[in-house]
Amino acid sequence: MSDLTRLTIAEARAKLRAREITSVELTEACLAAVDAADALNAVSAKTPQKAREMAAAADARLSAEGEGAPSLCGIPLGIKDLFCTEGVASQAASNILEGFRPPYESTVTARLWERGAVMVGKLNMDEFAMGSSNETSCYGPAVNPWRAKGSNRDLTPGGSSGGSASAVAAELCLGATGTDTGGSIRQPAAFTGIVGVKPTYGRCSRFGIVAFASSLDQAGPMAKTVRDAAIMLEGMAGFDPKDSTSADLAVPDFEAALTGDIRGKTIGIPKEYRMEGMPAEIDALWDRGAQMLRDAGAKTVEISLPHTKYALPAYYVIAPAEASSNLARYDGVRFGHRAKLGAGDAIVDLYEKSRAEGFGPEVQRRVMIGAYVLSAGYYDAYYLRAQKVRTLIKRDFEQAFETVDAILTPATPSAAFGIGEMADADPVAMYLNDVFTVTVNLAGLPGAAVPTGVDSSGLPLGLQIIGKPWGEAEMLDIAYALERSAGFTARPDRWW
Amino acid sequence: MEALDYREPQAKVLHGAQGDWEIVIGMEVHAQVLSKSKLFSGASTAFGAEPNTNVSLVDAAMPGMLPVINDFCVEQAVRAGLGLNARINLRSVFDRKNYFYPDLPQGYQISQFKHPIVGEGEVLVDMEPGVARKVRIERIHLEQDAGKSIHDMDPSLSFVDLNRTGVALMEIVSRPDIRGPEEAAEYVRKLRQILRYLGACDGNMQEGSLRADVNVSVCKPGDYERFRETGDFSVLGTRCEIKNMNSMRFIQQAIDYEARRQIAILEDGGSVDQETRLYDPNKGETRSMRSKEEAHDYRYFPDPDLLPLEIDEAYVARVRDSLPELPDAKKKRFVEAYGMTEYDASVLTAEHENAAFFEAVAEGRDGKTAANWVINELFGRLNKEGHSIDESPVSAQQLGGVIDLVSSDAISGKGGKDVLDLLWSEEKGADPAELVERKGMKQVSDTGAIEAAVDEVIAANPDKVAQAQEKPSLAGWFVGQVMKATGGKANPKAVNQIVREKLGV
Repeated sequence: MSDLTRLTIAEARAKLRAREITSVELTEACLAAVDAADALNAVSAKTPQKAREMAAAADARLSAEGEGAPSLCGIPLGIKDLFCTEGVASQAASNILEGFRPPYESTVTARLWERGAVMVGKLNMDEFAMGSSNETSCYGPAVNPWRAKGSNRDLTPGGSSGGSASAVAAELCLGATGTDTGGSIRQPAAFTGIVGVKPTYGRCSRFGIVAFASSLDQAGPMAKTVRDAAIMLEGMAGFDPKDSTSADLAVPDFEAALTGDIRGKTIGIPKEYRMEGMPAEIDALWDRGAQMLRDAGAKTVEISLPHTKYALPAYYVIAPAEASSNLARYDGVRFGHRAKLGAGDAIVDLYEKSRAEGFGPEVQRRVMIGAYVLSAGYYDAYYLRAQKVRTLIKRDFEQAFETVDAILTPATPSAAFGIGEMADADPVAMYLNDVFTVTVNLAGLPGAAVPTGVDSSGLPLGLQIIGKPWGEAEMLDIAYALERSAGFTARPDRWW
Repeated sequence: MEALDYREPQAKVLHGAQGDWEIVIGMEVHAQVLSKSKLFSGASTAFGAEPNTNVSLVDAAMPGMLPVINDFCVEQAVRAGLGLNARINLRSVFDRKNYFYPDLPQGYQISQFKHPIVGEGEVLVDMEPGVARKVRIERIHLEQDAGKSIHDMDPSLSFVDLNRTGVALMEIVSRPDIRGPEEAAEYVRKLRQILRYLGACDGNMQEGSLRADVNVSVCKPGDYERFRETGDFSVLGTRCEIKNMNSMRFIQQAIDYEARRQIAILEDGGSVDQETRLYDPNKGETRSMRSKEEAHDYRYFPDPDLLPLEIDEAYVARVRDSLPELPDAKKKRFVEAYGMTEYDASVLTAEHENAAFFEAVAEGRDGKTAANWVINELFGRLNKEGHSIDESPVSAQQLGGVIDLVSSDAISGKGGKDVLDLLWSEEKGADPAELVERKGMKQVSDTGAIEAAVDEVIAANPDKVAQAQEKPSLAGWFVGQVMKATGGKANPKAVNQIVREKLGV
């Protein structure tokens, strides 16, 4: 493998602008890495031809614009399969979108391409972003490049943005897009030792991203460093008139905000996140993280987010409710998979057979839960009550942010687990992966997962910084300080 | 309300085998917003395009597509609300109504369920001069139209046309205040008139721009009054909803049939099932479409792709300031300012273009005279030829010119009609005064000339003179002879007067 793939976005940017390397060289290195990493199953669609064309165009632009070229010009990125990319397979890792090649581009990816970024391929994920282990994918699970010390067992990269996490951690691309509905960027980032940022709801346009739960979905960057994530986020974010929930706010210079100077900041440590049965290593990591922030000059205070325990159940009512409606359009009529019909089959049979064949079991489960909680007689008890909980959780955070600048929590309740390990478990056991992350989605806040250490078997662990609404710049600066203190430099051994 | 005084009409009474029955009707009128593009997409709303050509990615519900509200449609809903004297809700919410159907690509219709943009209002439904029914409006909400499924083009396949998918509709929901088939038809007519005045909907029922779902129940005399006092729906009969009516005539026929059907069931000891029915105009009957049990569970919930729709008082005030004078106010003004009958005022204000034409004619002239000419002569001719006012071959200015010629006695009333006929056909665009001059159509009002003609006729017909002196009504014969002798140009009023003087009758 060429060392070029080891570069961060910031490093590659400097070399590209100085014309020490070309985007074509960098892209070829990534394409080679992709080809050598089939065992990771991180890439669902390789796009080498497109990558080479984009790289050549980026080189021309770099030659013309030099230091003035956009930060992402010539940078090879991977794109989660949930993003619609024009003319390129975009299936949300679902059989129901079999063969779907959209004639349009998502706003977020369009913004990246406008800035000269290069697409190396589409990345694996949980089907319709529903899952925490990438195991619900129609392409089969993506594999975590990390392995426990002395073990050959395949581990999950987490989910739903498992392919993105795996690809970045394995250095198949310099960064990747993810989406986060309940933790789908932050949990896989933590499982693979990379940085994942879920921005404030409304910061990135949802236009052209296959919808899972519209009020929670948010695109964000997954990268090797906080700086890279800041660079990517700036390229992805911004108002989009095509998304009514996108915020008409200027995008700050996130990279310029990375001072690492957090002296005088107050960081909240929410007591409700110290959960029963939490592994001691996670607890210890959290304490270490708080100490690192204190060492950097911040003050930590215990805070209370009293409605935390209701967040997961509320999330697993609201997200499936929205999903059940959002996924109604996959009916076999206009695009994607259509079941073969028998004689006498009517339109209802077309729906039922196409959807039964096209959706995997987890998606079917959530569609059914969603339809149930919205149905007459249950709406008040489930959906409406969940919305009330959501309001209370939001208020918890609002009150907390009256006294703190950011909140520090674990990103996940464990390190990466084995593929298939949860196969026989209750689905709720899998849902518990989101316990530290869903609150952020319910409240619409920004959150960042930062690799902070490794567990006893050498697997990465991450902490989460939760920021104020629209406070990504400050949140990233604190994440940057944590990153510098943690000094996490471990990389997975290349076994694939 | 700015309207003329009125009294409420009697409710329609149907005589059953076992007594009298009354009808109670509530309506949901779907009015297509007169907008160029759809409610949540930029696709065109033009009627009659090739199937599936006015379809955007949003309308086709492609993955990742999102709705964006069309501000123009919002404004039209607010206009409609203000036009119906309704409360405008500054905050309204779009909900999803979930169900599967091939002409509904999203799998849900975006509508407003709990928080509509317009709240309670009222409409005055004119039945005859001095008689009107005040119908309360419960709400108006904005929603998407569905596409069209076509089942009769192929024996085994159905076809779908998505051109109409996503077009903006205003659903105008009335209270059950309509008390007979004629009132129902007049209610739709009045809504249509107001919406056309506002420019919010073209009201074209053939093209489906205005369609009505009609809820019909029957009750015993006195029950309805009890309902109005208590608000208790249980004192009314079980209702059936007749879906998707797009003709005033069919609405009347369907209600009449449906009421009689329900009465027959009740008098037979049965009970009416709450259900949705369709009217078959060929057979003149309604038939069951689906029962209450088969009704969908639409799983309404707020559409998370759209933020609540928020407008402010200043916006509503701006829209209010931009409203035209509405039919009730205009009619009242016509009666009061021009001294015309309520009937004439109704005719003139039926369409705002007609009213504008009339006012142009009446400007600086006698209003009643102008009204007579516009209604009897102009509308008469237009109706005969099936033209609307904007297709009139004669302009308001020309008609005014004709009226002026008649008023100044330059031509007779009959002469005025002749001039109008000429302007209508071979003399299109001509100036009436110039035309009368050129064609020598001016009437003779010179008393000397008329007297000479009268003398001549009297001298030639001594026997008739004697008869006329016996029976004064025969004087008309002399007038006719004089008119004939003068080639119709003599001023008939003057001729009449002189004939009577000379005959001494």
